Amino acid sequence: MRRLAILTTSVIAFMAWQGVPVRAADDVATLAKDAKQWVMSTGDFANTRYSTLDQINASNVGKLQVSWTFSTGVLRGHEGAPLVIGDVMYLHAPFPNTVFALDLNNDGKILWKYEPKQDPNVIPVMCCDTVNRGLAYGDGKIFLHQADTTLVALDAKTGQVVWSVKDGDASKGETGTDAPFVFKDKVLIGVSGGEFGVRGWVSAYNVKDGKLAWRGYSEGPDSDTLMDPEKTTSLGKPVGKDSSTSTWQGDQWKIGGGDTWGWYSYDPALNLVYYGSGNPSTWNPKQRPGDNKWSMTIWARDLDTGMAKWVYQMTPHDEWDYDGVNEMILSDETVNGQARKLLTHFDRNGFGYTLDRATGELLVAEKYDPAVNWATKIEMDKSSPDYGKPVRVKSMSTEANGEDVNSKGICPAALGSKDEQPAAYSPDTELFYVPTNHVCMDYEPFKVSYSAGQPYVGATLSMYPPQGQSNMGNFIAWDNKAGKIVWSDPEQFSVWSGALATKGGIVFYGTLEGYLKAVDAKSGKELYKFKTPSGIIGNVMTYEHGGKQYVAVFSGVGGWAGIGLAAGLTKPTDGLGAVGGYAALSNYTALGGTLTVFSLPSQ
Amino acid sequence: MNYRHWTAAVAMLACALAVAARADGSGDPAAASSENGKYLDKDGNPTFKVQADGTVDWYTYSGFRRYHSECHVCHGPDGEGSSYAPALANSLKALSYSDFTNIVTNGRKHVDTANENVMPSFASNTNVMCYIDDIYIYLRARANDAVPRGRPPKHEHKPDAAESAETSCMGTN
Repeated sequence: MRRLAILTTSVIAFMAWQGVPVRAADDVATLAKDAKQWVMSTGDFANTRYSTLDQINASNVGKLQVSWTFSTGVLRGHEGAPLVIGDVMYLHAPFPNTVFALDLNNDGKILWKYEPKQDPNVIPVMCCDTVNRGLAYGDGKIFLHQADTTLVALDAKTGQVVWSVKDGDASKGETGTDAPFVFKDKVLIGVSGGEFGVRGWVSAYNVKDGKLAWRGYSEGPDSDTLMDPEKTTSLGKPVGKDSSTSTWQGDQWKIGGGDTWGWYSYDPALNLVYYGSGNPSTWNPKQRPGDNKWSMTIWARDLDTGMAKWVYQMTPHDEWDYDGVNEMILSDETVNGQARKLLTHFDRNGFGYTLDRATGELLVAEKYDPAVNWATKIEMDKSSPDYGKPVRVKSMSTEANGEDVNSKGICPAALGSKDEQPAAYSPDTELFYVPTNHVCMDYEPFKVSYSAGQPYVGATLSMYPPQGQSNMGNFIAWDNKAGKIVWSDPEQFSVWSGALATKGGIVFYGTLEGYLKAVDAKSGKELYKFKTPSGIIGNVMTYEHGGKQYVAVFSGVGGWAGIGLAAGLTKPTDGLGAVGGYAALSNYTALGGTLTVFSLPSQ
Repeated sequence: MNYRHWTAAVAMLACALAVAARADGSGDPAAASSENGKYLDKDGNPTFKVQADGTVDWYTYSGFRRYHSECHVCHGPDGEGSSYAPALANSLKALSYSDFTNIVTNGRKHVDTANENVMPSFASNTNVMCYIDDIYIYLRARANDAVPRGRPPKHEHKPDAAESAETSCMGTN
């Protein structure tokens, strides 16, 4: 009842300034159903990144042209995508995390700008660039998760701070890069810092006042992980008491990683939130014996209480930095004649997983890049003691090979077969469109010591494309029920941009050289490309305004891609004296954050 | 700037380039002496030694490993730089050994309207400080093109001195 009252008030406020048609409720769930708007970074609760807009379609996308552009004034890597709510577009930038509100009725005039004051000492504790993956909207507020872990609620109309909380401590390497997510009356954020020994957590704050509702850790005693030894299950069985701490040596779980910097999805009917936890710290597996639960895990938590309903650890005792943070895409499909509520996840470890999202039952686990070689398969025999675990290849095991030994030719590289760049799902084709990396590595772990706020890595690695190939990425269509690649478009560089699928029968993605591309959803045939000002690591979004459909994407190279690929990769087979190096990204693109907005020419 | 100043500036630049052509920020990198497997140049700065068959000294090899654990997540593979932080294989063409150790120990900030570069202090990080000479020697070798990109294929044995220095510096942790 109280919640209803709040919603009603904010609806009135919302309508008063935007002049949008009367709505039943200013509820993100309702707004997300309006394809004209893009109210959350992943498009919808299910993280499908699919839009029913079809003005731009397979027959006319070739005529697409640039409608307008906007510079954020920041040079660092631009991940994520803007939001469109009513007649206003909200944009974020990497550190210093500037937020802009642009008036779509007035050629993008700046309605307000917010620039937080943050201690620049946070910059070097952000492993892999000072990226930010976007904003959230709810209850008339825009939510920003700053680099220094501050979560701030801004009045969507004025940009004034409504409330602000500090979620972590940057001096210990705890930083904010992920987009907040508003589900019902809560706003959720995770934490980054796996390379600094930060024990991961998810915090849920009340949208209304910023009060902490619950916090669930990836590791620790059951009171920290919010697990019930009997009711929380893993592959159908209760996890048991202290299921996390019993898989670590001593107190190592306290600096055990398992960070939570990816995307969050939500099923309102089940009231469950889904996300993944990242790599255990350090990268040297010898130094942390055990399964290291619950790093590398798919989580399903109750939104109201945070209690874990089920968990599934994909890569127990990680040996390669295969973070499990990638998005969980929710779809309702028919499997073997049965209607199933599915969760599909493309893990860094190179396997595409399909699970029943109500129960956590594992249905499909197959390689979505044929190059994957660290494991032969995932054990699907339910009677096996290793059910659900990867069947590892000993020569690729950095644990088996040991410290100070260079394990060679491991695919995928630590970048994963896919990193944070989110895939899209089209209910029209029932296919997933996945931006992938096609890179392998050598990996040599060695002993490191922990110091708070300092890097805690413990492995040397070098990366290169799979033997005999020169493309470092593919953009693929994936059948999550069969566990098969349907089509695959090779790309010179890793595809590090989030995809967008539309009812127009097309799929959009960006490339590291800076191309925005549109391909046919059924065949993968390229229908359009345009080179934006910089390499694209942002996610494509779409909206409609004034009767016209627009497609927008950030360019601004950086992130892990900018660090790993800027100079080009070394070639492992090069003999002594040969100058190695695959194509250097720096030969194709330079820094700078710009939003480019596309539309069809006016008739 | 008047003509006279221009001439002086050009002359100084030419001079700097001439020096850069045969030395790095610490001068001539040629190994002049060795102490327990660590090579020193004529001025006593740590340096690399690469044999004709490509075998590198232990410290160059160790520096390759430590660089790719501690430094490369910002500075890119092989000291080649990234979209985020400068190429140290270039920086060491101008920075001296003492410049290098000073920056690593104390950090450096370059933050203004156009830049957001912050190098942290690694003074409390034993994974870096115990191997600062190793990292310097590796990057000095890269700055002088003495070793190619990638993992040095062959290296000298780990000297006893390196083993004992590592044990005492890293402790039992």
